[in-house]
Amino acid sequence: MNIVENFDLYAPRLVDKEEYFSVGHRACQGCGEALAIRLMCKALGKETVIVNATGCMEVISSMYPTTAWKLPWIHVAFPNSASVGSGVEAGLKVLRRKGKIPDRDIKTVSIGGDGGTVDIGLQALSGAMERGHDLLYVCFDNEAYMNTGIQRSGATPFGASTTTEPAGLASSGKKAWKKNVTEIMVAHNVPYVATACHSYPFDLMNKVKKARKIKGPSYIHCLSVCPTGWRLPPELTITAGRLAVETGVFPLYEVENGKYRITVEMPEKLRPVEDYIKIQGRFRHLSADEIEMIQEKVIQEYNKLLDKVNNLHSWSDLKE
Amino acid sequence: MTKRVGMEIAFAAAEAAALCRIDVIAAYPITPNTHIPEHLSDIVADGRLDAEFICVESEHSALSACCGASGVGARVFTATSSQGLMFMGEVIPIVSAMRLPVVMAIGNRALSGPINIWNDHSDIMWQRDEGWISLFASNGQEVVDMIIQSFKIAEHRDVMLPLNINLDGFQLTHVVEPMLFPDQGEVDRFLPEYKPYAALHPDHVVSMGTLGLPEIFTEAMKAKDMALINSKKVILKIWKEWEEQFGRKYEPIEAYKTEGSRILLLTMGSMDETAEAAIDELHKRKISAGLLKLKLWRPFPSEELRKAVKGAKVLAVMDRAVSFGGASGPVGAEIRSALYDEPDRPLIINEIIGLGGRDVTLEDFIQIAEKAAMAEKKKPKEAYEIYGVRGS
Repeated sequence: MNIVENFDLYAPRLVDKEEYFSVGHRACQGCGEALAIRLMCKALGKETVIVNATGCMEVISSMYPTTAWKLPWIHVAFPNSASVGSGVEAGLKVLRRKGKIPDRDIKTVSIGGDGGTVDIGLQALSGAMERGHDLLYVCFDNEAYMNTGIQRSGATPFGASTTTEPAGLASSGKKAWKKNVTEIMVAHNVPYVATACHSYPFDLMNKVKKARKIKGPSYIHCLSVCPTGWRLPPELTITAGRLAVETGVFPLYEVENGKYRITVEMPEKLRPVEDYIKIQGRFRHLSADEIEMIQEKVIQEYNKLLDKVNNLHSWSDLKE
Repeated sequence: MTKRVGMEIAFAAAEAAALCRIDVIAAYPITPNTHIPEHLSDIVADGRLDAEFICVESEHSALSACCGASGVGARVFTATSSQGLMFMGEVIPIVSAMRLPVVMAIGNRALSGPINIWNDHSDIMWQRDEGWISLFASNGQEVVDMIIQSFKIAEHRDVMLPLNINLDGFQLTHVVEPMLFPDQGEVDRFLPEYKPYAALHPDHVVSMGTLGLPEIFTEAMKAKDMALINSKKVILKIWKEWEEQFGRKYEPIEAYKTEGSRILLLTMGSMDETAEAAIDELHKRKISAGLLKLKLWRPFPSEELRKAVKGAKVLAVMDRAVSFGGASGPVGAEIRSALYDEPDRPLIINEIIGLGGRDVTLEDFIQIAEKAAMAEKKKPKEAYEIYGVRGS
């Protein structure tokens, strides 16, 4: 059972007109991450505290004395947005209990890039999820350390050229596959885990709204297209996000109390990964054989996901 | 009513923090501070204190969670030691830059390696320059008093800085002492409820921890330095209030039998009381020596130091940490620097002593006083000495 039903009816006219992440920030043209954050904030609404890891979004939004944030916002360092969020959540809880702040439900939302989440911040994230704070964590995954200049992260896909694992005469870019933190979060028995992408705005906002209502930890992994780092014309940001989904490279799904569900309409037959790869300069060195390897892996991973969708039950159905 | 209680000092530190009605504790286990958060968790578990205790997965997260909780306006406490303080390192200067009044007890312990769980001051010396107020306690009573004073100092509108209280690992943390405990009413009378200058809440939107470009970074550093320097006024005022209410006097540098002394020793932490006993013994032997106990490490009390050393011929500074390859030990270098411009400054010798739990005995201080007397006649070649190295 969905936590909130009829999300499919979510329509543009119902979207909050208020901008909580305002114009005038310094993100690159076509930044998928800034768009995703804007949408996330609209779905969260006013009663929110944002905790931001160091990264592109902190740099482009908070150049003193300016700020793009119309929500209460704190940034401390790179690896700790989940632990700072833990403190924010605990602080709000105890101050509310003691009557020192108004008796209202304020959601703590920690955000970070892929470096701040899947690499240097993974320990803090794991700790926060294990402790069960009433905390939503959103990873905006642009698949490399873009803020510092496109270095390879654990979330960089196989074969992508980055400035620390570049393609060269003796190398084809990243040699390892992308780390799957979404599944690591599922393994933490978090009640709500989802993937999302700014190219599917209503799906993204629905998931944020759902996570907003969870009393406890939740996690959203949001693919965020980075034209600068992916070597992609900025006008193709939305297209690239849609291709990531339609090729099965980044399927959109949610896991609610252990029950998997694909949340957007997928093509009957996945589009070839080549459609996604060929528009991005970071993959331009790949040979046909290497693209074939990626294709096989994508199909295998997608089938693993479908297997979970078809066969895994909600935990509440497994009591007997 | 004040009660006299015999208790392990780490437990007493926890009891003192609880008397301050702290809202959030975030801590991670590391010897020898561990009994402080352990006992606090007992107090919370028994319902004697209404607080959130966050069992974080690392010290980095402990101080990070403290930032978050202090950011929403909660009164926050943590404790650590040694490697734990090192692991907090990334966050330490950010807390002071964000002007969050986090209070931390440090059960001082040597930094690895080799790994060593026993006392010295290498952990706090490593982070002395990060904008925190830093106090040193010489016994359990001072630990209790300083923790209660700390919240009032740190949260004062003219201060708004984090503060650490240093208590020597084992020599203080694990020692049972009789201490005078004020009751809740007395603490409430001394320590007002925390009213944050800014707090994260939708009703008053604020951005905390923003990016500082070169155009403002120098000004931000100047502001932090001024805040720490100016905190001394407030510290002295609050110590005066403490003395008026509880009768126990606190000073940045406490002098013991210094009047007319040619030789002065300077110590910090648990060495203070051993050194006092050594001074008594020296007086019995008709040797003119006195003791300076440094309680306020940051902001450094240069002015008080200059007054305190007036008339002395030799000042022997104890350091419980090595500044490898440096001009002196960290305290020695600080004191030389503070006195350099004094025309009548004493000759300074610097003894690095008590590393990694090596006992510092009364006899050691007598020997050092004798060295100081020798130095008056013949200045030693080296600026500092690592004292008592076996085989040398």
